[in-house]
Formats: sequence, structure tokens, C-alpha cells
Amino acid sequence: MDFELMINSFPKLLNATLVTLKLLSASLIFGLIIGLCFAILRINKNPILNKFAYGYSYVFRGTPLLVQIFIIYFGLGQIDYLRSTVLWVILKEPYWCAIIAFSLNTGAYTSEILRSAFQTIKPGIIEAGQSLGISSKIIFYKIQIPIAIRQSLPAYGNEIILMMKGTSLASTVTLMDLTGVAKYIISTTFKPIEVFIVAGGIYLFITFIIHNVIKFLEKKYSFN
Amino acid sequence: MELLSFGKTGWGDELLIATMMTIAVSITAMLIGFIFALIFTPLKLSKSKFLNLIGNCYTTVIRGVPELLVIYLFFFGGSGAVMYVASIFGYNEYIEINAFITGSFAIGIISGAYSTEVFRGAIQSIDKGQFEASKVLGLKKPVHFFKVIMPQMLRLAIPNLSNVWQITLKDTSLISVTGLVEIMRQSYIAAGSTRDPLFFYSFAAVLYLLLTYLSMKLINKLEVRYSRGY
Repeated sequence: MDFELMINSFPKLLNATLVTLKLLSASLIFGLIIGLCFAILRINKNPILNKFAYGYSYVFRGTPLLVQIFIIYFGLGQIDYLRSTVLWVILKEPYWCAIIAFSLNTGAYTSEILRSAFQTIKPGIIEAGQSLGISSKIIFYKIQIPIAIRQSLPAYGNEIILMMKGTSLASTVTLMDLTGVAKYIISTTFKPIEVFIVAGGIYLFITFIIHNVIKFLEKKYSFN
Repeated sequence: MELLSFGKTGWGDELLIATMMTIAVSITAMLIGFIFALIFTPLKLSKSKFLNLIGNCYTTVIRGVPELLVIYLFFFGGSGAVMYVASIFGYNEYIEINAFITGSFAIGIISGAYSTEVFRGAIQSIDKGQFEASKVLGLKKPVHFFKVIMPQMLRLAIPNLSNVWQITLKDTSLISVTGLVEIMRQSYIAAGSTRDPLFFYSFAAVLYLLLTYLSMKLINKLEVRYSRGY
């Protein structure tokens, strides 16, 4: 055991954790918006919109995240038309490519979580709102969404942790996140176990915090 | 389409072999995962606090750390660990472990953590009366486990195991960083030499979709078989 290496690499890894957290928070915010939009499409009665949303979530949940990042980072740059538009400013940066891929991926999972939450809301609650003469818009925003958020909290907590683990793939497109820096230190020092303990410890610590925050929110917003 | 033709000019045959490799790694990893689950599920269910702790450490650490980091640990540390063990037995030559073994072992440990949780949940949700009844009937331990608990457990576990299978299948794409030529690595090579990454990565996505779709169909059949009588 090389404790000196563990202590020396800790600040470097901690610095890289910031990149991981930035990637995570950005993709969760975008992913939540995407997920909400697609969940609403999924519960829509229009079959075309419904199928479209289903196809989106099927494709993104059925393929590895690595393929998605590679298609966006290496693949889209190949289209000449894209290179001439404003979009290229975003797409040439590995940082934004990673965020786009992560957001689309977590969006697909989030849409499934929210859809099942919407569908488990008891019809009686919505009917009660209707019989009180509340407009359907307000029923949606003030009744359905808050209940759905509470219902989906446990599953969404899992999704946050999965996404945090997913951000490690950013290291495959040259970003130096926690895993990227860990790999760099391993390949220069050839001490995989020590680095794994430190980097893994940081990841576990983040997982622990997310887990507890979700638990706290679940308790706070429980119905009883 | 020319790019996908078989023979020297196209990448069709290479991609087909790579797909076989992905399937082979996934199945091996899943089986290694079952072995780990077989060891750690009893630990998690045991009454001893110490054994419980070991089981919980395994599932918590593996499920809380990115797959890629675990793969790097095995990739860089695997042959070192084997050489260390070999040196105890007096063998001091350099040992290189094949990427297939390292990869399926790394993914197997990850998939094992998920399988452990699935089996634990399934066994815990079997009615207590079943355990008591087989005790009262004086069934021997192996008979009790294989004839009473296992069939009931499998029915409950298969839907969740199909999720574990999907995760495992998708995780094998990460082994491409170690140089094992599976779908992802082959697409990377093809994309590099033809300068057509969009096509090859999209084709890789289609292959993965096909694999998940077909395996879901198969698993659904299994599910029907194991829930006979319910």
C-alpha cells in the first residue's frame, strides 16, 4: 500500500470531482426537462405522439451510453451541414457533447419514471378536482405534477445515482473527470488499487449524500 | 451498404464476429455474476452481523462506483494481482491475462452485485410458511433449497434478472477500453479506417437494440414458463 500516493492524488481527484458534479447537475437539469416533456407525450392520447415518445425512450434505454456519446461526439461532426451552423460551436466541445448525451439518456429513463408516476395517480383525485370546477390546466400543474413528483422520488433517486456513475464515460471523450484523472494517475504510476480506493471512496461519498438527500425528501413529502 | 458487405472490402463479417463476442462476454459475465450472487446472497441473508457487513460492503461498493473505474482496476491491476499470487507459489515469469477474462470478470463482479440484490429480494418475499413447512416436513437442506425455495424464487427473480441482463449487456460496451474486439471496439476500428463514425456507431446502436430486443423476447418466454400455476 502506497499511502503517500493516496494522499498526493487526493487533491487532484477532488478537483476532478468538480467536473463530475458539473456534468451531473447539468445533465440532470436538462434531463428532467426532457423527461417531463416526453412523459407528457407518453400519457397523451394521440397515438403518433405516444409512439414517438415510446420510441425515444426505447432507443435510449436499449443502447449503451457509450454508443450515444460516440455518435454525438464523433458522429455528428461528420455531417458537413452541421459544421456550418451555429450548433457547431456547441458540438465541437466534448464537454457539451457529453452533457447532451447524458441529458438525452437520463431524459429517457426519467420519462419512464414520471410516466408510471402519472399513471398511478388515482383517478378519484383528478375527478375530485374536476367536480370542484378547477380547470384542467390547474389540475395538471397543481395536482398531478406534485403527486407524480412525490411518487417518483425513490426511482428518481436511483436514476441520479446511475447518472452519476454514467458521467464517468465523459473520460472516453477526453474530459478529465474523476474517472479520467484516476485513469491517468493509474497509467502513470501503475498503482491501480490505491487510486481505486481514493476515487471509489469519493464516488461512494457522493452516492451516500444523494441517497440521504432523497430519503430526507421522501420523508418530508410523504402523504402521512 | 457497401461498408457492411462480407469479405475483404466490407466490415460485415468483422461486425458479426464482434457481435458474437459481445454475446459471449455478456453470458460469461452473467454466469460469473451468478457465482458471486451465490456466495453473497447467503451472506446478506445470514443472521451474523459480520457476514451481513461483508455482503453489504460488496453490493454497496460495486453499485456505488462507476463501472468504468472497476474495469480500469481490473485492466491495470489484474495481471499484477495474478502475478503476485503466482509468485507465492514460486512462479516469477510475467503473466499476461487475456482481455476476455479480465473484461468478463470485471463485468461479472458488477452484474453479481445486482444479481445478489435481486436474489435477496426474491428470497425475502417468499412466504415464511414455506420455510417452516419444509422444516416441519423434515426435508433435507438441499432438497429444501432446490425443490421448494428455488422454483418460487426464480418466478419472482426472473423479471428483475432480465433488467440485470440488460445492464450487463450494455456494460460490456465499456470493455472496449481494454482493447477486446466487441461491437464497440470493432465500430471504433471501422470508423477510424473508413472515416465514417456516424454510420458505424449508429450501426452499433442498432446491433445493441437488436440484442436487447431479442433477449427480451426470450426472457418473456422464460417468465411465462416459470410462472405456470399463478
